[in-house]
Amino acid sequence: MAKFEPVLLKRIAVDHSDSIGTYMADGGYRGLTRALKEYSPGQLVDLVKNSGLRGRGGAGFPTGLKWTFLPKDHPGPIYFCVNADESEPCTFNNRVLMEKDPHQVLEGIILSCYAVQASKVFIYVRYEYGPAYRAMEMAVRQAYEKGFLGKNIKGSPYSLDAVMHRGAAAYICGEETGLIESLEGKRAWPRIKPPFPAVEGAFRKPTIVNNIETVACVKQIVDLGVDWFKSMGVPPNPAIPRDAGSYGPKLYCISGHVQNPCLVELPMGITMRELIDVHGQGVWKGRKAKGGIPGGISMGVMTEKEFDIPLDFNGPGTVGCLGLGTAAVTVFDDQTSIVDVLYNICRFFAHESCGQCTPCREGTSWMFKMVGRIRNGHGRKEDLNILEEVGNQIGIMPGTTICGLADGAGWPVKNAIRKFRQEFETYIQGGESRKPLVGLQMAQASH
Amino acid sequence: MATVYINDKAVDIGDKRLNLVQVAELAGVTIPHYCYHPALSVVASCRMCLVELGEKTPDGSVQMQPRVVPACQTPAKDGAVVQTATSKSKTAQGQTLEALLLNHPLDCPVCDKAGECKLQDYSYQFGFAESRMVDEKNTPPNKPDLGPNINLFTDRCIMCSRCVRFTREISGTSELHIVNRGTHSEIDVFPGDPLNNKLATNVVDLCPVGALASKDFLYSHRVWNLKTVDSVCPGCSTGCSIHIDANKDVVYRLRPRENPLAQGYFMCDDGRLGYHYANSKNRLSAPKIRSGQEWKETGWKEIVSGIDNDLRAVAAVNPKGVLGVLSPFLTVEEGFLLAQYLKSLSKDARLALGPIPVTGEDDNYPKTRNGQPAKVQFTIRQEKCPNRKGIEAILQHFEGKIVHLRDSLQGEKAEAVFLTGGYPPSTQSWLEPNLAKGISKTPLIINQDLFENAVAGQSKYLLPAAAFAEKEGTFVNHAGLAQGIKRICSGPRKGRTDGQVYLDLLGRKGLLHAFSLHKEIASAVPCFAPLLTMGPQGVNLEKGS
Repeated sequence: MAKFEPVLLKRIAVDHSDSIGTYMADGGYRGLTRALKEYSPGQLVDLVKNSGLRGRGGAGFPTGLKWTFLPKDHPGPIYFCVNADESEPCTFNNRVLMEKDPHQVLEGIILSCYAVQASKVFIYVRYEYGPAYRAMEMAVRQAYEKGFLGKNIKGSPYSLDAVMHRGAAAYICGEETGLIESLEGKRAWPRIKPPFPAVEGAFRKPTIVNNIETVACVKQIVDLGVDWFKSMGVPPNPAIPRDAGSYGPKLYCISGHVQNPCLVELPMGITMRELIDVHGQGVWKGRKAKGGIPGGISMGVMTEKEFDIPLDFNGPGTVGCLGLGTAAVTVFDDQTSIVDVLYNICRFFAHESCGQCTPCREGTSWMFKMVGRIRNGHGRKEDLNILEEVGNQIGIMPGTTICGLADGAGWPVKNAIRKFRQEFETYIQGGESRKPLVGLQMAQASH
Repeated sequence: MATVYINDKAVDIGDKRLNLVQVAELAGVTIPHYCYHPALSVVASCRMCLVELGEKTPDGSVQMQPRVVPACQTPAKDGAVVQTATSKSKTAQGQTLEALLLNHPLDCPVCDKAGECKLQDYSYQFGFAESRMVDEKNTPPNKPDLGPNINLFTDRCIMCSRCVRFTREISGTSELHIVNRGTHSEIDVFPGDPLNNKLATNVVDLCPVGALASKDFLYSHRVWNLKTVDSVCPGCSTGCSIHIDANKDVVYRLRPRENPLAQGYFMCDDGRLGYHYANSKNRLSAPKIRSGQEWKETGWKEIVSGIDNDLRAVAAVNPKGVLGVLSPFLTVEEGFLLAQYLKSLSKDARLALGPIPVTGEDDNYPKTRNGQPAKVQFTIRQEKCPNRKGIEAILQHFEGKIVHLRDSLQGEKAEAVFLTGGYPPSTQSWLEPNLAKGISKTPLIINQDLFENAVAGQSKYLLPAAAFAEKEGTFVNHAGLAQGIKRICSGPRKGRTDGQVYLDLLGRKGLLHAFSLHKEIASAVPCFAPLLTMGPQGVNLEKGS
């Protein structure tokens, strides 16, 4: 196979890559102008559908299919939300795209909006992404000036307005209905579905929510074609019914205990080991890897032995992880305590649970308290069974909560305990130094 | 026609749009739920009502979904198969309960809600016997000043958000909201904007646990010692259906009773907290007769014959000089008996409608913060009496017209006035000075009231009246809905209910049983005919036949 040339990240090293001047000099917005003339919205939807593009936000839902869920012949308005609330820990691909090549993203957004005939797009950027927000804002302003946004884009009958929105820093705003609620000025409590956003979303109008990387892929599909997109990746596994395959390039974030934490663009289906050894230049300080996280902490943890599975939409599932997620690979070396890893993960979910559904609200904080107690040296053996059971109950049994946060909070706990049980048991048996108990904890431990 | 199978029992729901909780109720199966309330929007967030759902295929086999679904959010469809007691749904429900109790203080011994708490009931029915939690519980601070009438025990809250939705959807005042996130979420108000709307205390009834407490009832009584009767709030002409909770002749609280024919699910704080006069020590407690300047307490036998003799003497000389004033706080039965008695003295005896207390204007809810009108869901009426319509119908029948006291006093001079009251102290000024002056000129005043009123000093007979919790009968609300009120307290020891006094005056034997008079009333006054079919939700006298 010929050496893979990055497409999505092609321009990030260019000087002033975020300005419309350099972007247009590199051939930007030509695809948009052409598409507005040559394609009908329906054709564009079919194009994306045929490409097999699946959402890059984590769940991997086929993008073209999602677009077809919009009610037919709706009088409008139809809204488009761009989910740039990239809050999954270890994930930074959207950030690089927005900061370094905002016009590529924006062109993808305009194309996607044209395909679904949206009249307004809300670009929801997480609070912490100041530079990305400013870059996108600048891009939107420049696009208005050049006539790529606004009334009758480039002489076509299609008009689109873009609204920048900055979140207030909550993980749950990355859930599509949570994002919509937040956009409406409410508490970001995910909605009960159905109705799905495509039927009734933002401001009770049909709404499509897509990830930044997804819309960037849409732009590339329009430019380079379906065949290019399908030339890489993993075809559907016939053993899995309704598998849509994992086509196209993917941005892999590599972080944690590697020599070279980085963001790389590669065809779908690369193995975790190759990512770490080749692109991350191996585990740092000459150590060995103990395990890793395939795609953001909510996907669960893998042991070093499982590093050879391909990172496509099916791969992580074969080793008991939830899925590919955001393809943000995090490595921890053999000197890392898995108890610390899990403690950190549980702390995150206990902090970020929105508090709407009982199992998640109480379960995440209970797990955090339990892991915290184990970490302080006061764990009991039965805690591991309880943790595993709570991890199972708060989301893995389908239907127990409204959104997927609980699911994501349960997987790493379940995974970590199943795959590293020995280490937890050794830790509990007093191999680690105990920290003193205080107050109530002391009273309860003495029972 | 749609058939739903609840635990293998077929329920025909016709073409009604119901959710699974409602259908299960029809089948006699309880699906536990906290956040769901029929008057509020569905949020499906407590996850207590998780059940297994499947579908009956045409060939008769059943296909169950692998997931559990929240019953409150799932519409019932034809052929739906619901399993509420399988191990999967039981586990889901039990685990939700365990989660709810993780940070709950379990302080039932000092909690007002104990005994009627859904957390207790469901834990017993659906929960696990033990908690596996050994870690420290969250202890958020209590909020005693959530509102003038409401106290929040933050740690007991299970975040069902019913109260928040109530203030947004029913009262429309939006005082309550949720602060913080995750396990630290709390119900709160904005500084300077306390929960003080006139429907606020309904959140206490809505709260399935002991988090929101009514300051009026707090620590006053254990709920299992209370006795409850169905009644009607006497506070205004809306005539909210209520429960009266009392013990040992003391009323402890009023609660709204669900009644789609009357007010719906709720009641206002004016009515709810307006019962205290019934327990007042200042009430008239025994019948008194005046001789000169002296009051003499005396027995009812003497009083009844005294009144009868005095009235007959007046009626013999000047029949039109006898004036009966029927208060809108009398029940239909009492009004009927008194009118019957006075008319039996003389056909020319006059009857008048007592003053109708009116305060302000009708108060509609939900309020809207932007001033836009919303669909009215609840009204506190300006007319602060429960039975104007019922008494008017009585007057219409006996007098042929409705005469107000004011007009009666301007007409022929009254020689004897039988004045009935029953007005609570909040309408103390009901007997306006000019009316009082008009009445006090009368030589013979028979004055029956809860408290000493403006003409008490001029009365010859001063009789204690019965409060709403001490008598039975029928009230007719603003829309013509007749509802029964029942007795739960015995009232002052030396007192006698108004109806009993009239029955004695009529010379009829025995104790008053108001509802057995319905046949007599219905045949005498045709518009009361529907009373014969009155159920617990009442019956409308104006609609239909």
